[in-house]
Amino acid sequence: MSAEKVTGTPATAEDNTRLGQRVDRRRALQILIGGIAAGTQAATACSPVSAMTDEEREVKQLAWREYIKGNYRFMTEAERAETIARLERVAELKRGVDVTIQSTGAQPGVEFGYAFNISKCKGFRSCVEACINENNLDRNAATQYIRIFEMDDGVVDLDEADASFQHEAPAEGHFYMGTQCFQCADPPCVKVCPVGATWQEPDGITVVDYDWCIGCRYCMAACPYWARRFNWSEPEVPVAEVNTNQHYLGNRARKAGVVEKCTFCIHRTRQGRLPACAEACPTGARVFGNLLDPNSEIRWVLANKKVFRLKEDLKTEPRFWYFTD
Amino acid sequence: MHLKPFALSALHSATTGGRRYHMYMGTLTLIMLIGAYAYSLQLRYGLAVTGMNDHVSWGLYISNFTFLVGLAAAAMMLVLPAYVLKDVDFSRAVLMAEAVAVAALVMCLSFVVVDIGNPIAAWHLIPGIGYLNWPRSLLAWDILVLNGYLAINLAIPFYILYSRFSGRQPDKRKYIPWMYIAVMWAVSIHLVTAFLLAGLPARPFWNTALLGPRFLASAFTAGPAFVILLLSLIRKETKYEISDGAFSKLALITTAAAQVNLVMLISELFYKFYSPTHHGINARYLFFGIEGHNALVPWIWSAIAVNAIATIALMIHPIRRNPRWLVIASAALFIGIWVEKGIGLVVPGFIPSPLGEIVEYTPSLVEIAVTAGVWALGLFVLTILVRVALPIELGESRSPYIDGATSAPLVRPRSTRGLTRDVRPVRTR
Ligand code: SF4
Ligand code: SF4
Repeated sequence: MSAEKVTGTPATAEDNTRLGQRVDRRRALQILIGGIAAGTQAATACSPVSAMTDEEREVKQLAWREYIKGNYRFMTEAERAETIARLERVAELKRGVDVTIQSTGAQPGVEFGYAFNISKCKGFRSCVEACINENNLDRNAATQYIRIFEMDDGVVDLDEADASFQHEAPAEGHFYMGTQCFQCADPPCVKVCPVGATWQEPDGITVVDYDWCIGCRYCMAACPYWARRFNWSEPEVPVAEVNTNQHYLGNRARKAGVVEKCTFCIHRTRQGRLPACAEACPTGARVFGNLLDPNSEIRWVLANKKVFRLKEDLKTEPRFWYFTD
Repeated sequence: MHLKPFALSALHSATTGGRRYHMYMGTLTLIMLIGAYAYSLQLRYGLAVTGMNDHVSWGLYISNFTFLVGLAAAAMMLVLPAYVLKDVDFSRAVLMAEAVAVAALVMCLSFVVVDIGNPIAAWHLIPGIGYLNWPRSLLAWDILVLNGYLAINLAIPFYILYSRFSGRQPDKRKYIPWMYIAVMWAVSIHLVTAFLLAGLPARPFWNTALLGPRFLASAFTAGPAFVILLLSLIRKETKYEISDGAFSKLALITTAAAQVNLVMLISELFYKFYSPTHHGINARYLFFGIEGHNALVPWIWSAIAVNAIATIALMIHPIRRNPRWLVIASAALFIGIWVEKGIGLVVPGFIPSPLGEIVEYTPSLVEIAVTAGVWALGLFVLTILVRVALPIELGESRSPYIDGATSAPLVRPRSTRGLTRDVRPVRTR
């Protein structure tokens, strides 16, 4: 399963046999670990000091099951449903929020692309704010997927740009350029992951299985666009602000010690909506759509505007273009 | 079977010693405990307690890891002259070099473990129940080669020592082939680790063909330098005989490698600075600082100065042949390379970021404590291995189930010519 291009759903016959073996081995592991867990539970149940409530016990049990589950990519539909049910229950028990987690797969005939109009962007950063809310980004560490760079007119050089400008935008003599994960067609971040915790879906979105990531951060070193973020501590989102419309591979709860990234709002775009950043942009600088649909706006931009991409020499083939009016 | 007495005698060798020995081991234990406490903080609060951030996402841990891979590799490469060229002077250095390799590997693996953010998920790396992204991920390669190397370097000395302990002469046919494999393997662990970094076009600072060779050159410098230090200590503190010839050859290897290392550094500097391009921006940060950001500048220049001075000193024959100066120069080289490879290689790869942002990195106290703890663990392991090996090699420790017979040393010293101090022959019982 290692050499070939890794895709979202295992398709070939060989894959399916391997999948079967994998599931068998995991079954064995589950029975073994389940036995240990049951033993520990029996021990705590007998001890007089154990003051565990039913809820605490359930959380512990769910945590065990979650711990021994497999990589999302190799799960059967039933396993996916099980883990989603568990995660929804954990959110309810631990935080009192009623979330819905989808597992919507890539739709056939869809490949997402993004274009960014440099002449329209005014550096308001409404997109950044929308992204934070939409994707349940860690408020504590102020995680942001989108960077808006302020550049001097006439100089397209990121080294000279400033992404942490504090003054009001737009500033005289400057223009603005946003970056985020470019969903490369040949993503270096995917290649390097030692455990296959990150991969490219058939619709072009590079995703991370937060429960499978071991947190080595090799993918962060490999991404030429600095698009990946790490959870240095437990991420925090105020209960009232949690976006309950979630996707397993997208904006669901993350944990400390794992990597995350922009997914083109997988929970929205796979249902035919725009990403939150594109929807929030007041100037219409952001164009999003299906590259395989000849009538889409993105195709129109690519056909009629002078477009360019960043770091073409690296051959990562970003699905993210810049253009001017 | 002599396994039980072997274990008991090993335990005995490791735990008996003078007051100084116990104080030394006690200090190491204390540092390890402090490190363990710091690591427990990291487990509880996440890697946020380190100085790393989204910009500099690898710091002290991975820096030390890359340096120590070099040490592990170089130590074993010394075996080549000893066994392949049948060089007698070297033979006594070999078991010690393997002990260094094992200790360095223990440190490497510990540094990887303390660096990962989600260590309880480490089982995901096990092929079969987990998923190892091999052969695509260089990190998967690294995990395989490092563990394989550790296994070989544990197995060979164990076989030799255990045979001796049981009063048998170790069978050359059984371990020499593995020695050859181990030597090749040593090169591979170092190259793979270099490729791990060099294979990332996102990081132009590492993305150079010279990275692998530079790694090897610096490993060939720091490794023998460390073995010189270790052997000097053993020679001073124990009855174990190490010929002057071994020292002079180690010193030659160290000197030659240090020269090559400097030459490569100069090529690198020329390439990065003669016609500066975007690809040199990280080097500019490292060597000269950018717009007032210059945290690494003093480090790299002192490292280069120390390396250059020590290299030149070693090129002067009287200095190199003087045991005291040799030790000083070796220590200087070891530290110089540690700074150059540790701080000067991994961290500047991240500054500025691929999008040109400059965020500097300073390790936190927790990070420093964990690092110190891992080093203490490595020295602890090294000390125990040496303490166990020496009495067996000296013939002092033998299985009680054999009758008085001791075996010959691995390769008998040809002569003790040129020894200035009193010569103590290998003791037989
Ligand atoms: S931009 Fe970075 S994170 Fe996104 S797909 Fe490309 S390499 Fe991966
Ligand atoms: S940090 Fe996670 S996703 Fe990234 S390479 Fe490591 S295991 Fe893979």
